[in-house]
Amino acid sequence: MQTFIQLTVSGLANGAILALAAVGFAIIFKATGVINFAQGAFMAVGAYMVYTAIADFGWAWPLAIAFAALIAILLGMGTERFILRPMVGESAISVIMVTIGLAFFLEASLQFQFGTRPLRMAPFIPEGTVLILDVPLPLNRLIAIGLAALVLGAVGAFFRYSRNGIAMRAVADDQQAALTMGISVRRIFAMAWGIAAVTAMLAGVLVANIQGVSGNVALFGLLVFPVVILGGLDSIGGTIVGGLIVGLLIQYTAGYLGGGLQQVVPYILLVFILMVRPYGLFGEVRIERV
Amino acid sequence: MTTTGVYHTSYRSELRLRHTRAEQVRLWAAVILILLLPFILSPFWLSVANRIGIAVIGAIGLNILTGFTGQISLGQGGFLAVGAYPSGLLVVRLGLPTLVAMFLAVAFTALVGALIGLPALRLKGLYLAIATLASQFIIIYLVRNWEFITQGRDSISVPRPELFGFVLIGDFRWYWPIMGSAALATIVGRNLFRSGIGRALMAVRDQDIAASALGVNLTKYKVLSFAISSGFVGLAGALTGHYRIITWERFELDVSIEYLAMIIVGGLGSILGAILGAIFIVLLPSGLEQLAISVRGIFPQVTAQLPALQLATFGLVIILFLIFEPRGLARMWQRTKDYFRLWPFRY
Repeated sequence: MQTFIQLTVSGLANGAILALAAVGFAIIFKATGVINFAQGAFMAVGAYMVYTAIADFGWAWPLAIAFAALIAILLGMGTERFILRPMVGESAISVIMVTIGLAFFLEASLQFQFGTRPLRMAPFIPEGTVLILDVPLPLNRLIAIGLAALVLGAVGAFFRYSRNGIAMRAVADDQQAALTMGISVRRIFAMAWGIAAVTAMLAGVLVANIQGVSGNVALFGLLVFPVVILGGLDSIGGTIVGGLIVGLLIQYTAGYLGGGLQQVVPYILLVFILMVRPYGLFGEVRIERV
Repeated sequence: MTTTGVYHTSYRSELRLRHTRAEQVRLWAAVILILLLPFILSPFWLSVANRIGIAVIGAIGLNILTGFTGQISLGQGGFLAVGAYPSGLLVVRLGLPTLVAMFLAVAFTALVGALIGLPALRLKGLYLAIATLASQFIIIYLVRNWEFITQGRDSISVPRPELFGFVLIGDFRWYWPIMGSAALATIVGRNLFRSGIGRALMAVRDQDIAASALGVNLTKYKVLSFAISSGFVGLAGALTGHYRIITWERFELDVSIEYLAMIIVGGLGSILGAILGAIFIVLLPSGLEQLAISVRGIFPQVTAQLPALQLATFGLVIILFLIFEPRGLARMWQRTKDYFRLWPFRY
């Protein structure tokens, strides 16, 4: 029972972080129709920026996060303006490959600057364990869950209540109609990339806080694919459910079955979902069939 | 040939393999160059040439699927493994002759490719890309962890094969079978797209609904495309395995992306493009390595940063090609030819 609770908490923590990484992915896809393979690289950039700000500049962590968010926004919007905009109208394979190229470039730049050795981030989330129902649970994971929930809530509120959020939903729904209503699609695209980069940065920081700052943060980003397919590629709420399910699934598999099976289980789930319900749990049923 | 382009006045002339005299001359020049290369190149560049030869086969295979049929595959590395492992295991465990093992491995990869292609019947574009990404991870997991394959080891070393009485050891001896296979792959690939099958595949890429209205059986041709492409990839994988040691590290996601980069840089939907792209992408890291060695005196830190530099250049090359020349090296070659043919006029 104790193991079960610990696995559940770890799973929920990983799942919450995954959801955070995936929500940006879903926002980009929903608004602009681009599959962003550089989401993992964005996470890594965020983690390294916070690390630099704390370790090299000696800043306090709220300032460090703000600095990283600024960099993330510039990165996201710059990507949209200079890399994705020339690709409008190109085939799916080209769009996918350009984001893959970007991912390689970003990861290599980080490697260039910081080397391949994993760096340890000064923990800005308190460590230690708390006893809940007599089960020792790692505090930093509980806080990670809370932080992720907070950010996801904010993203949700943004889409529901703010003017820009509603405009973004309009663009996702029908670009032409949105244009005729006077919404600047370019601005919405830039905003989608900016928000996605910031959420990815936060996810990267949370991952780095648990497992250290290294290129592996970007590997964590590959898991967004099972998450978004499970939740539905264009569903914000779906990514949260998908993230939690995938996070739990990984932890339970690691804890009860082991043998490295946890590395592949999300992808088996992915294939299964694609076979039976390609639009995911909450996605819009609009998949093209041939 | 006229000065404004190549015109066909009959189906016979359009179906010809080589349209102009210049093409014939260039082909013979290329053949002579390939025959001479192993006698000129240093051992380092000879091994690069061998890797290019293998990459050409794989890139043609991927281009058949992705460039000509429009089915995105991020699972190339996995397919290479599906070619390499059975071929190696048949030789090591059952003692089959290498040629027979490789032939069986190619057939097996084609079969597996067709099976993995089945989801392609229902999935398009992005969804198919993600499905093949998953197959990549699943295949690598299997060859890493399945006891039956690994027997607890991380790699399989295959005994040096014998071909026509020659033991294939060293880059010089390997050069001939590899280049022979690459030439075979090129000829088959080039001819495939002069046939009905090839044209059906291109129709599926351009407009699948229109193709099916014209009587192209989508199910059949999509599965067929996966099978043919995987056959090529299986051959490349089997060669990789026998040429060096078989280890899962050689078939990871990075390899899938490298092959995609080859056909993007070379030119989607072009056999020449696959060849040029394979040459370019394999030469890139080696070229940078040589460059780093030659400027070591001026910038001593460059050797330590070489891996990062290679990776960054790779990423940048993909981005720049997609933005500035989405049709790749094949198109640049075409433009260069046009420039000289029309000189001194611009058009």
